[in-house]
Amino acid sequence: MTSSSASLFPRLAEEGGHAVPVIHQVPADGVFALLWVIIALPALGAAIILLGGGNRTKGFAHLLGCATVLGSFAISLVSFFALLGRDETDRSVGQFLWTWVDAGSFRADMALLYDPLSALFLLLITGVGSLIHLYSIGYMEHDERRARFFGYLNLFVAAMLMLVLSDNYLGVFLGWEGVGLASYLLIGFWQHKPSAAVAAKKAFVVNRVGDIGMALGTMLVFATFGTVAFAPVSEVAGEAPTATMTALGLLFLLAACGKSAQVPLQSWLLDAMEGPTPVSALIHAATMVTAGVYLVVRSNFIYDYTEVAQTAVVVVGTVTLLWGAIIGCAKDDIKKALAGSTMSQIGYMMLAAGLGPYGYAFAIFHLLTHGFFKANMFLGAGSVMHAMNDDVDMRHYGALQKAVPVTFLTFAMGYLAIIGFPGFSGFWSKDKIIEASFGESTLVGLCALVGAGITAFYMTRVMLMTFFGQKRWEEGVHPHESPKIMTVPLIVLAALSVLGGLLLFGDFVTDWLTPAVGAVAHHELAFAPWVFSLIVTVVVAVGVTIAWLTVGRNEVPRTAPQNVSFVTRAARADLYGDALNEELLMRPGDRFVTGLVGFDDKGVDGVVNGTGTAFAGMSGTFRKLQTGYVRSYALSVLSGAVLVVVALLAVNLT
Amino acid sequence: MDPTPFIGLSAILFTIGCIGVLVRRNAIVIFMCVELMLNASNLALVTFARVHGNLDGQVAAFFVMVVAAAEVVVGLAIIMTIFRTRRSASVDDASLLKY
Repeated sequence: MTSSSASLFPRLAEEGGHAVPVIHQVPADGVFALLWVIIALPALGAAIILLGGGNRTKGFAHLLGCATVLGSFAISLVSFFALLGRDETDRSVGQFLWTWVDAGSFRADMALLYDPLSALFLLLITGVGSLIHLYSIGYMEHDERRARFFGYLNLFVAAMLMLVLSDNYLGVFLGWEGVGLASYLLIGFWQHKPSAAVAAKKAFVVNRVGDIGMALGTMLVFATFGTVAFAPVSEVAGEAPTATMTALGLLFLLAACGKSAQVPLQSWLLDAMEGPTPVSALIHAATMVTAGVYLVVRSNFIYDYTEVAQTAVVVVGTVTLLWGAIIGCAKDDIKKALAGSTMSQIGYMMLAAGLGPYGYAFAIFHLLTHGFFKANMFLGAGSVMHAMNDDVDMRHYGALQKAVPVTFLTFAMGYLAIIGFPGFSGFWSKDKIIEASFGESTLVGLCALVGAGITAFYMTRVMLMTFFGQKRWEEGVHPHESPKIMTVPLIVLAALSVLGGLLLFGDFVTDWLTPAVGAVAHHELAFAPWVFSLIVTVVVAVGVTIAWLTVGRNEVPRTAPQNVSFVTRAARADLYGDALNEELLMRPGDRFVTGLVGFDDKGVDGVVNGTGTAFAGMSGTFRKLQTGYVRSYALSVLSGAVLVVVALLAVNLT
Repeated sequence: MDPTPFIGLSAILFTIGCIGVLVRRNAIVIFMCVELMLNASNLALVTFARVHGNLDGQVAAFFVMVVAAAEVVVGLAIIMTIFRTRRSASVDDASLLKY
C-alpha cells in the first residue's frame, strides 16, 4: 500500500490482457483530513434527533437534518475538486481512524478510502440526499412524526456514506446493514397501515438472504487473504485460485441481488413503495438499491479473475432489466410503475458491471444519471400524489399538465432522460451499456435493446396516463402545485437529468474511474457507435409509438380491465415472483415447521409426559404399601435386617 | 469363660421381643418387647466385653440403657396421649398416617 515506486498497473491479468488496478492509498492530508466528518455529520444529526426524542426536537429536526447533509455535501464537493487536482496515481486517499476489531490474526480498521469511485458516490448520496431532505420538509409537513422521519433519513445517509467510504469489507458490511435498517424503518414509517408494516418486514427478510452472501463473502475474503481491507486484497488477488474467486464473486452477487432487488431477490422492492415517497426516491431509487452495483464494481479485483461470476452478474442483470420493465408496463400505481423501472435500470447497471473493466465505468455512469432522473421522477410522483390527496392510482389521474405545470415539466425531463431521448442524460448512459453488451454477446445486447424499447413504452404510458388525456379525478380532488420547497429540488434534479450526460464529455467519467476500476481497449463493434445510437433511438421511438397507440389514443378506463391477456395478468402479479417465493420457499417452510411442531407436540412432549405418567402410575401402586400399620413397618424393618445379616454371613462364609 | 449360654440367652430374649413386636397389638406390650430386645443386646454386649476383657461393650450397654430410659419417657407419654384421645392402646387403630 505504501510502496512509492509502484506503478498504477503493476500486473496484467492472465486472460483478456487488461489491467486490474491495485489500490495504493496515500495518507489523508489537507481537506481530506475532514473525510470522517462527512459520515459523522449525518450520524450526529440522527443521534440528536432520535435520542433527543420527537417531541423535544420537533421544532428544529428538519432544519438539522438538512443542515448535516448539506454540510456533508459541501465537504464532498471540496474533496472532489481536491481529488481532481491530484495526479492520477495518488487519487486513492486513505484515512485511518481507529482499530475496530483486533482479535488474534483478525484485524479490521475503521478506516476510510476516498478514491474516484467513492468520490462520485459521495456526490450522488449527499447531493441528491440534500435535495430530497429539502423536499421532505414540504412533503412531510403535516406529518406528526416528521422529526423522527428526518432522524431516520439522516441515519440512512450516514450508513450509506459508511458503505461507500469504508476501506474494508467489514466496514461495508456495517453500512450495508445500516442502510438495511434505515430502509426497514422508513418503509414501515406509517406502521399504522398493516400493508406498510408487512412491506417493511418483507424487505428486511428478503434482504437478510442477500446479507448472508455478504457475510459469507467477507469471511471467505478473510480466510483466503488474511485481511478484509480492499488495498491488500487487490494486491494479491491474482494469486488466489479461480475457484475461490468464483465463490467470492457469486456470494457478493447474492448480496448485490438482495440489496439491489435483482432477480431472484427482487420481490421486496415493489412493496417497499409503501414508504413515504421521498424514501422511495432516496433509498429505493437513487442510492441504497445501487449499493449492489457499488459492491460489484468495488470488488472489480475479484470479478476480473472469474469469468463464471461475471457471466452470472450479466445473466442476473439481463433477466432483471426485462423482468422489471415488463412489470412496469402493467402497474396502475404510479410508484410501483416507477419501482419496476428502477429494478429494470439497476438491471442495466448490473449487466454493465458484469462486463468487466469495459463496463464498470458505464455502470457507474448510468447509476449517476439514473440517480438524477429517477429521484426526479419519484419526487415528481410525490408531488402529483400531494396534489391528488395521496391517490397513487394513475387511472384516477389524467390531464394534470395544466394543474401542476412545474411538476409536469420536471417529470417530463426525467421521462425524456430515462427513455433515452437524444441529448438527455439517459441517452448517453444507456446507449453506452447497450453498445457494450453487444460487444459481449449479441443475445445480451438484443435483450438490452428490447429492454430500452419496453422502457420507452411503460414510461410513455405513465406520462400519458398522468398528465394527458381526460380528467379522471376522484370527486372533491382539486390538484394544486406543490410549494417551492418541493418544486425547487425538482427543478434542480430535472436540470441534472438533462445535463447529466455532460459527465461523458471527453470521456471524463471513464478516465476518472480508470484508477479505481481499470481500463481496457474498446471492443471492436460490428457498426460504428453512431449506428448503435440510431438503432436504439429507433427502438425507443417504436416503444413510444406503441404506447401512444394503445394508451394515448384511447380513453383510459377508471378501473383496470379484468379481461386482459395472460402477459398483462402476469405482469400485474409481479410476474408471479411472490407466488413463486410462496410456492418454493414459504409453503415448504410452512410444512416443515408444521411437521416440526407436530414432532414436538407428539414426539418430544409424548416422551416427557409419558415418563411423568408412568411415574405417577407407579407411585399409585407403590403408595399402597404405606398401610399405616406399625407392625407391618416393623416386619419390613426386620426383613431388611435379616437380609443384611444373611448377606454378611454369605460373604463371610464363602 | 464360655460365652455360649449368655449369647444363647441373649438370642432367645431378642427373638421373643422381636416376635412380640410383630404379633401383639397393645402398644404397652410392644413397648415392653422393644425393651426386651434392647436388654437382650445389652446382655450380648457385656458378654463380649467380658470375653475380650475390655470395657467397650459395657460402656455401650450404659449408653443403650440411657437411650432406653429416655425412650420410655417419650414413648409412654405418646401412648398415654393416644389412649386418652382414642380410648384404646391398640396400634392397629392408630393407622391414620397412611396412603
